[in-house]
Amino acid sequence: MSLRDITLDDIESLAVGAWVLGTGGGGNPYLPLLNMRALYREGYRCQLMSSEDLDDDDWVGTVANMGAPLVGQERLTDSLTLARAVTAMEKHIGQRFRALMSMEIGGANGVRPFMAAAHHKLPVVDSDTMGRAYPEAQMTSVAVGGLTPYPLTAVDVRGFESIVHKVPTWKWTERVGRKICVEYGSVAATCQPPRTGAEVKRWGIHGTTTKAIAIGAAVREAQRTHDDPIAAILKVEPGKLLYKGKVIDVARRTTEGFLRGVVRFDGLDDWRGSAMTINFQNEWIVAWHDDKPVAMTPDLICVLDSVSGEAVGSETIRYGQRVTVIALPPPAVFLSERGLQHVGPRAFGYDLDFRSVFSP
Amino acid sequence: MRRIGIDVGGTNTDAVLIEDGKVTGAVKAPTSEDVTTGILDSLKALAATGVLKGKRIDGVMIGTTHFINAVVQRRHLTKVGALRLGMPASASLPPFCDWPEDLAEIVRGGVWMVEGGHEFDGRPFMPLDEAAITAAAREMKAKGLRSVAISAIFSPLDPSHEKRAAEIVAGEVPGASITCSSDLGRIGLLERENAGLLNAGLADLARDTIAAFEQAIRDSGIAAPLYITQNDGTVVEATQARRLPVYSFASGATNSMRGGAYLSGLLDAMVIDVGGTTTDVGQLRHGFPREANSVVKVGGVRTLFRMPDLMSIGLGGGSHVSLDPLKVGPLSVGYRLLREGIAFGGKQLTTTDIAVAAGRLALGDRAKVTHLDAATCARVFGEAQRMVEETVDRMKTEAGDVPLIAVGGGAFLVPDKLEGVSEVIRVTHGDCANAVGAAIAQVSGECDQIFRDMARVDAIARANELAADRAVSAGADRATLSTIETEDMPLAYLPGNALRVRVRVVGDVAAT
Repeated sequence: MSLRDITLDDIESLAVGAWVLGTGGGGNPYLPLLNMRALYREGYRCQLMSSEDLDDDDWVGTVANMGAPLVGQERLTDSLTLARAVTAMEKHIGQRFRALMSMEIGGANGVRPFMAAAHHKLPVVDSDTMGRAYPEAQMTSVAVGGLTPYPLTAVDVRGFESIVHKVPTWKWTERVGRKICVEYGSVAATCQPPRTGAEVKRWGIHGTTTKAIAIGAAVREAQRTHDDPIAAILKVEPGKLLYKGKVIDVARRTTEGFLRGVVRFDGLDDWRGSAMTINFQNEWIVAWHDDKPVAMTPDLICVLDSVSGEAVGSETIRYGQRVTVIALPPPAVFLSERGLQHVGPRAFGYDLDFRSVFSP
Repeated sequence: MRRIGIDVGGTNTDAVLIEDGKVTGAVKAPTSEDVTTGILDSLKALAATGVLKGKRIDGVMIGTTHFINAVVQRRHLTKVGALRLGMPASASLPPFCDWPEDLAEIVRGGVWMVEGGHEFDGRPFMPLDEAAITAAAREMKAKGLRSVAISAIFSPLDPSHEKRAAEIVAGEVPGASITCSSDLGRIGLLERENAGLLNAGLADLARDTIAAFEQAIRDSGIAAPLYITQNDGTVVEATQARRLPVYSFASGATNSMRGGAYLSGLLDAMVIDVGGTTTDVGQLRHGFPREANSVVKVGGVRTLFRMPDLMSIGLGGGSHVSLDPLKVGPLSVGYRLLREGIAFGGKQLTTTDIAVAAGRLALGDRAKVTHLDAATCARVFGEAQRMVEETVDRMKTEAGDVPLIAVGGGAFLVPDKLEGVSEVIRVTHGDCANAVGAAIAQVSGECDQIFRDMARVDAIARANELAADRAVSAGADRATLSTIETEDMPLAYLPGNALRVRVRVVGDVAAT
């Protein structure tokens, strides 16, 4: 069994890469990164393990923050509260975790398992349950797999701990968990329903932390050497360049607690004279090229700053930004009929049959 | 109305006199190390033109880059006691946690974190721990700290905890200068707190600099109140500027945009200010620069408060030019142009040499640049045009052609026709646009907060009232107030139709 030592430089890359995999949402990993810098300064260290090294009857804790990004800018994410969500779950189920893992590699939650893992001195499994960012708890590989949707622990920094003991479906996990989160002040540290080693091996999306680190490292290296960071990403990931252009319009509205809207782009370079629009619900959902859908969820649609290569989020994208749109391959688990029911275009209200950018 | 506007820049101190809406005098004097001398010299030069004789001056408005330079150069900074109200939240990221270490070393006098703060909907997060604040204040006093920055979670929504803590600290540490983060603005604890810490770190410099400004005006024999211009193109009375120096950080660039608006008579336009080394592009809305909505780094510190949204590129009158392959800037000869440019007998090819060769400028010795043919000049101007076009386009907020006001000594690099621009406007006194911008400044008030369970129109109306009250308390005449910016954004995830509304109101300086 092999554990990979994670350096602070890996974490710096992870923050950049996880933001790319956030596909427009998931929250900027800046504050988790600051936490990790502080932890490493104090001597804490983290390790990464492969899901293959889990025993079938091991228990694995899945860590994530829930809440409004704006609240997260005032009540700053902290590692001890995440660690307490894990402790609360261990107490509740009467089991010790063998390792922790990420619910959502995309965005800030891609870094948070490391914050909890540093305190618990547990390794982080190189797997997650989304392979990207999605807005709701039922949009995960473990929900597609029909795994038990409870219990969930939700912890507030002031010491309150709540447990969602039993719910019938993942949508209910989301609904009840969200209510608790709002009462806390629209932010909560959670430990998601615990998984066995066998479940992680069968239903986890594997290698995603390594992937995020590789993407981030490629971008940072290109920035250092003044190379094209987009080309650098496409060298380490089998992605497709979809479009280069600039933002010419952004329309946003908040409905049912989601940020929805559409961004329009005007082409540059080889795409001069052609238009792209991308619909979003926190994350980028469907990209249209000259009114034809060219990429859609669960394909990863990544909107990147053409110069820095860093991801551009749906909350902050603005007129005039020069961006490059790429697609990255979706996790295989979402390509089944059941997977598409959870995260395909119809799950977001688009009456489109899923067709991948990567299908021949 | 008769006002003197002064811009204290890195190289020159410019002064202009504006009478009943017209520029009636404009002079330049070298900036001095002690500030006072440069201002006094420029005022003397203005007086020497005879325009001030026997006239009553209503106000002297000064814009300066002094405070931002202190942060960038790490000079003249005060040690600060940081007091954060919000425990147990945010404990793992204490004040100064994302500062460059060299600057933190200079400014960090100590960090105290106690219980307090609010929720996003106005509920208290934790009761304010007054005993802990008293204890912290006594420790600060014992350490000899005399400048204190106070920040509380969600204080832009409810500043009461910060204000109460300030009272306690003032009682324990008499004469301390105290900065509350809610006076500086926006949601985003670290960035708002950083602005507060920088502000507190400038306490001594602000006191001394403003005293020097007052001295210079007194010495010049002008009997008029002193106002200091701010990042948003408005002014505050000297006492308030002494309290909140960070609000004057970017006043130079802002003043040149405001001056451009004034001199051209346009309220909605793009402004391009081409200097010797850099070009700044910004957008005027209702005569004021559009503000940055995102994080702005000052001296390596992430902050978020009223700053103009500017884009700077390395293009100016002193930019190096290489012809094969073609490259213009970002290197520049800067103030050494008159020595190092080819037209002046130097060796470095610059954009100014190209302009002299092409006959756009009558400077230096044209005979020295005859080897630069028309096609070469056209290529270089073409590259400058491409750089300008892209920057202007990036700073626009919507498609469609807009007018562009070109100011600054390097404005010859801006051609009369540009893609995306309806018209390029050049103005007289464009080289003193920043002093003009200072002279015409007004007073503003701002409200930026979250409203819940309110109709959008009611939320905006309430924000307007709050902003108007703040403008009046900053010295504006209520009768002249007008709203210049309204922005609202629905907030994802928050229940109750949460809407973040930002409103800015301006008015003329009230007669005292």
